[in-house]
Amino acid sequence: MTDDARKVTVGAAARPRWSIRVEKRPEISPFWRAMAPVASIVMALVFGGVFLQLTGYDPFEVYSLMFKGAFGSRYGLIETVVKATPILLATIGVSVAFRMLLWNIGAEGQIYMGAFAASWVALSFPDWPPLMLIPAMFIAGAVAGGLWALLPALPRAIWGVNEIITTLMLNYVAIYWVDYLVYGPWKDPKGFNFPLTPQFSQAAWLPCLGTTRIHLGLTFGLAAAVAVSIMLSRTRWGYEIRVIGENPAAARYAGMDIPRNIVLVMLLSGAIAGIAGMGEVAGITHRLQHGISPGYGYTAIIVAWLAKLNPAGIVIASFLFGGLLVAGYAVQIFGIPADIATMLQGSLLFFVLGGEALARYRVRFVRVGVGKGAVSQAEAK
Amino acid sequence: MLSGSSTGVSVDAGAGTAAAAAANAGVDADADAAYVVEMRDITKRFPGVLANDRISFQVRAGEVHALLGENGAGKSTLMNILSGLYRPDGGEILVRGRRVHLGSPRHAIAAGIGMVHQHFRLVQSFTVAQNVTLGMSKPRFVLNMRAIEDDVARLSSSYGLQTDPRAKIWQLSVGEQQRVEIVKMLYRGADVLILDEPTAVLTPQEARDLFTTLNRMKQAGRSIIFITHKLDEVMEVADRVTVLRDGRAIATLDRKDATPGLLASLMVGREVGGAVPGKKAACGDCVLRISSVSALGDRGTLSLRSVSLEVAAGEIVGIAGVAGNGQRELAEVITGLRRVQEGRILLRGADITNRTPLEIIRCGVGHIPEDRLGTGMVPNLSIVDNVILKSYRSRPVARGPFIHAKAAREHADNLVRRFQVKAAGLDRPIRLLSGGNSQKLLLAREISANPGLLVAVHPTRGLDIGAAEAIHHVLIEQRNRGVAILLISEDLEELAALADRVAVMFAGRVMGVLRRDEWDIERIGLMMAGSATADTGHGADKGDRVS
Amino acid sequence: MEQTAMAFVTSVLSAAVAAGTPILYAALGEVLTERSGILNLSLEGTMLVGAVSGFLVAVRTGNLVAGVAAAAVAGGLIAALHAFLTVTLKVNQVVSGLSLTLFGTGVSGYLGKPVIGVPTPVSFKPVAVPALARIPILGDMLFNQDLLVYASYVLVAALWLFFYRTRPGLHMQSVGESPETADALGINVFATRYAYTIIGGMLTGIGGAYLSLAYAPSWIEYMTAGRGWIAIALVIFAIWNPLRAVLGAYLFGGVDALGFRIQVLGAIIPSFFLKMMPYVFTIAVLIFATARSRNYRIGAPAALGLPYERE
Repeated sequence: MTDDARKVTVGAAARPRWSIRVEKRPEISPFWRAMAPVASIVMALVFGGVFLQLTGYDPFEVYSLMFKGAFGSRYGLIETVVKATPILLATIGVSVAFRMLLWNIGAEGQIYMGAFAASWVALSFPDWPPLMLIPAMFIAGAVAGGLWALLPALPRAIWGVNEIITTLMLNYVAIYWVDYLVYGPWKDPKGFNFPLTPQFSQAAWLPCLGTTRIHLGLTFGLAAAVAVSIMLSRTRWGYEIRVIGENPAAARYAGMDIPRNIVLVMLLSGAIAGIAGMGEVAGITHRLQHGISPGYGYTAIIVAWLAKLNPAGIVIASFLFGGLLVAGYAVQIFGIPADIATMLQGSLLFFVLGGEALARYRVRFVRVGVGKGAVSQAEAK
Repeated sequence: MLSGSSTGVSVDAGAGTAAAAAANAGVDADADAAYVVEMRDITKRFPGVLANDRISFQVRAGEVHALLGENGAGKSTLMNILSGLYRPDGGEILVRGRRVHLGSPRHAIAAGIGMVHQHFRLVQSFTVAQNVTLGMSKPRFVLNMRAIEDDVARLSSSYGLQTDPRAKIWQLSVGEQQRVEIVKMLYRGADVLILDEPTAVLTPQEARDLFTTLNRMKQAGRSIIFITHKLDEVMEVADRVTVLRDGRAIATLDRKDATPGLLASLMVGREVGGAVPGKKAACGDCVLRISSVSALGDRGTLSLRSVSLEVAAGEIVGIAGVAGNGQRELAEVITGLRRVQEGRILLRGADITNRTPLEIIRCGVGHIPEDRLGTGMVPNLSIVDNVILKSYRSRPVARGPFIHAKAAREHADNLVRRFQVKAAGLDRPIRLLSGGNSQKLLLAREISANPGLLVAVHPTRGLDIGAAEAIHHVLIEQRNRGVAILLISEDLEELAALADRVAVMFAGRVMGVLRRDEWDIERIGLMMAGSATADTGHGADKGDRVS
Repeated sequence: MEQTAMAFVTSVLSAAVAAGTPILYAALGEVLTERSGILNLSLEGTMLVGAVSGFLVAVRTGNLVAGVAAAAVAGGLIAALHAFLTVTLKVNQVVSGLSLTLFGTGVSGYLGKPVIGVPTPVSFKPVAVPALARIPILGDMLFNQDLLVYASYVLVAALWLFFYRTRPGLHMQSVGESPETADALGINVFATRYAYTIIGGMLTGIGGAYLSLAYAPSWIEYMTAGRGWIAIALVIFAIWNPLRAVLGAYLFGGVDALGFRIQVLGAIIPSFFLKMMPYVFTIAVLIFATARSRNYRIGAPAALGLPYERE
C-alpha cells in the first residue's frame, strides 16, 4: 500500500527541460498599462477579421464599411450619438452596482420597465404641458427601473439569493410584459396591427438638437456620469460602496450596513437604466413598441468593464459601442449579418480582459531541472 | 537507515526500496550516504525578496532535525522547495545521495518526502480516509473506500495516532486534523517528514504526545524535519538543529552543543531584549462585563457556552487557548459581529448586547481582528482610505454627505508619522505594505479613536520580532493610559509578558482566570486541554466548571 | 373525458422530459465545471453556439452524429476560452462568463443567418424502447423519447458513479473544495480545471444541439431563450448533485411544457404571461433553494469562483 508511490522514479533527475511559466509581475509598468487596452482592441479586430475571412468575407472591406457607416458621415455620426445615449445611461447604472460587486445584469429589463412607465404617463396625461409631462415621465421611468431592480435586490439583501440569475430572468419577464401591452391592450387601433402604441402627444417629446435625432437624453447621460463620478469619489456613500465592493468583511467590521446598501445601490442602478428607457420612448420612438431596446442593457455590461467602471471612460466607450452598433446595421445592407457587431463586442471584452491580465503577468520560458547555477531564463517580452 | 548509518535502526519495507535506490545510484562517499536529504546552495527569489540565499542543509536518517528561525527567515520557503511546492532558482537537492528534481509535491512524495503544513492541507468536506487516499495513483480508477478505511485504521493505530477514518475533517479538532496529516504522509511511505510549526496549534500536553509519536517514528528509522521558532522545543525534541536568519543558514549544531542562549543569539543576530515595561498603577473601574454569554459558531453549533469575564480600565486581560475554542467568537460578540444567544455584555454599565457593529464602535470599542488584511483592512484601497475606515462618518473627515479629502490625508499622515509606518506614499494600496507595517497602521487607526476598550486578536501573529515588540509597546502604553484591553493570543510567552490576568478558554468555556502572580504554565496547559480549572477564577462562572 | 385527461397528462409529462433535456445537459456540464471550482456563466452563449453549429453540420452532412459532435466541439472551444481567461489569466470568472455569453450570442447569430428557416434533412425522432415504453404514463414519458434523451440517462448515472466511486472524481472534487490541498498532493489543479471546464462546455454544446436537432428541429436566433441561465439556477437548486439535476430539469421542462399546452388548449390567460412562467418559476425556486440552505452553503464547492494561485 505504501510502495506504489516510490516506484515513480526517485530521480526523474537532472534532465534539463524547458517549461512555460506565467508569473505575476511585481507591479505593472506604465507602458503596459497604457498599451494593454490598445493592443487588446487590435487583437480583437484581428480575431474578428480571421473569423470574417473564414466565413468568406474580406475583413478589410467589412471593417472599412463599418467604420464609414459609423463615423464616416454626418448621418452615421448622429446615429452613433443616438445609440450611445441609452448605452451611456445603462452603463452608468450597472457600473454603480458593479462597484459593489453586485451583478446587476438586468439593465435590459429595467430599460423596458422605465420605457413602460414613461409611456403610461405619456398616454394617460397627453394634455399636460411639456414642463410637467416630461419631468413626470422622467420620474416614472426612474421609479419603475428602480423598483424592477428592487425585486432581485431584496432577496439578495435578505437571503443572499444570487442576483445574476434573478436580474437576468426579470429581463425576459419585462420584455414579455411590454410585448403583452403593445400586442394587446395598448396596441394602436390605427397601427395596421403593428406591435406599437399610439404616438405620444408632442408635449411628451424630448427636445432634440437642431433637426437631428440627438435628444435631451444625452444630457441625462452626461449628467449621470458626472454625478456618479462625484458620488463615488467624494461622498461618504461612495466611500461605503467602494469599501463594500473591495472587502465586504472589512465593511461589516467598520459598521457599514451591507443589506441596506445593496438595496439602495440596486435602486439607483435600476433607476438610471430606467431613465434610459424613458429617453428612448420620449426622445426617439415617441411611443412604446416591441423591441424598444436591442440589447443596450447587455452592451452596458461590456462597456462598464471595458471602461473599468470609470465614469469618464464609460462616456468614451459608450460612443465607441454606439458606433459599433451603427456599423453593424451599416454592413447589413451588404448582406453581412449585423450580429458581427455583437460578436465583436463580446470578443472586445474578452481580449481586453485577457490583455489586462497579461499585463499583470509575464510569460517566461524557464529551464528547469538542472544543477546549481544552470537555471537560465528568457523573458518573452 | 542505511547499513553504514551509525544509528543502526531497523529497516522497514518502505525504506528497503529507498536503500536499493540509493545503492543503485552508486553513492560515492560514506559521509554522504548517511544523509537522507541533502540540499546544496538553494536559492529562491520572490518578487523583491531573496527568501533563500545559497542555503545548504543535510538531514540524517533517523534523526529529528530542527529548523530554527524567526518569521521570515526562510524556513518555510526552504521546506516548500524540499516538498516540491516551489522550484528553487538555484542549487540542487540530493535524496539518499542521488540528485533529484522535485518538480511537484508528487515527485517529493515519490522520493519519500512528505510535509505537514502549518495550515493543514485537508479537504474539510471529505472523510479522513478520502483525504488520506487523495492524490495517490493507486487504485487508479475505482475506489473501494471500505478497504482504504481499514488500511488507514491499521496504519494509524500502529503509530498510536488515533483517528476515525470515516469522520469528516470539519468534525475533528485541530490536534486530530494534525494526526490525519501525519497519517497521510506515512500512508504514502514518507520516511522524511517535514512538520511546519506543528506545536503552534497544540496544547502543551498535546505537543508532548506529538513528541512521543515523533520519537516512535525516529525509532522506526524515519527522519523528521521540525520547523520552529521556539527554543525550548528544539532543546526538548531535536537531535540536531540548523538555524536560519534572513534567508541564510547560520549554523548547524548538535543538540548537546546548543544552549538556548546560543540559539537565540544565532537566530536573532543580536542581543535578545525581553524587557517589558514595568507594571503600572492599580486597575480602575470595570469597563467590560460579560455575563453568561452563549453564541453559535459558523456551523450553527454552540461555540460560546456561558462565558463570563470582566476587564477593568488599565488592565490587559489575556485569553489563552488553542485556536478554535471560541476565542474568535468571543471577540465577535463583543464587537457586534456575531449574535449573542444568551447572556449580556455591558460596556461601562451600558448594555451593548446584540447592538450593531456601528453602535458598538460609537461606544468606543476598538478591534484588531484576527485576519487583519481580510477583515481589518481593504487591501486594494489606499492608506488614506484605510485610515478613515471608521472615522469617515464624523468630523473632521466627514463634511455633510461628503468626505473632506484634505482632512483625511492629514489624519493618515499623522498616524503614519506617529507610529513610524514605513510606506512609500499615502495613495499606495495597503496590500503593498509589509505585515508589520499594516498591523501598526491598523493599531494606530483603532487607537486614534481613543477607545475605552480594545479587543486585540493575535495582534503579533506572523510578525517579525521588531514589529511584534513595537505592537507590544503600544499595547502597554495604552493600558497605562487607562484603556481596558482584551488580548487574545495563542502565544503563551506573549501573554506571560503582557497580561495582568489570563483567562483560559476551552470548548467555548472559560476554564479559569489566573492573576499574574498565579502564572503556572502547567496549569494553563491543563486548562487549555480542558482537564483542569483554576481555583481562583475571578471571572469564571462557578456553575460552569468542568468537574 | 377521462381518457383525454389521461392523454393530456401523458403528453405534458412526455413534453416535460423533452423540454428538460437541453437544460439537463447544460446543467450537468455546469455541475462538472463548478465541482472543479470554475463558475462558467457563458452557458447561454455556449448553448447557442452548440445549437447553431450542430444544425449547420447536420444540414451540410445530413449526419446527426456529426452534428452533435460539432456542437460538442464548439461548446468545448468556448469553454476552453473561459478556462484560459479564468484559470491561466485569473480573470474574474463572472465577467469572463458574461463576455463569452455575448460573444456566443453574436457568433451564433452571425453563423446562423444563412440557415434561418432552412428545414433540416435529419432530426432526432422518438424511438420507443421495447417493453418499457408500454408502462402506463411513465413508459411514454421516459421510454418513448429520442436517443439523446436516452444518452442523458446514461450520462447522469455515469456522472454519479464518477463523482462518488472513482479516484478521478474524488480528485476533481478536491480541486473545487481546496485547490491548495490538491496541489500539495500532486493533483494538477490547472489541468483538472481546464479538463472539466472543457468537458462541461461540450455537454452544454450538446444541450444546445438538442434544441436545434431534436426539440424544435430548426435554427431560430436566440432559440435558447434563457435556458442557459435556467441551467445555472438549476445547479444551485440541485446542490451540485447530478441526480437532483434530473429532477430539477424535468420540473422546469414541465413548467415550460405546461405553459405551451395551456396555450394550445386556448386558455384565457394571454400567452405572454404563460411565456413568463419558466422565468418567474426559476426566480421562485432559486429564492426557495437559497433561503433554505442559507448560512451553510450546502454542496457548493468551497473554492467555487476563486482563482487559484500558488504561494
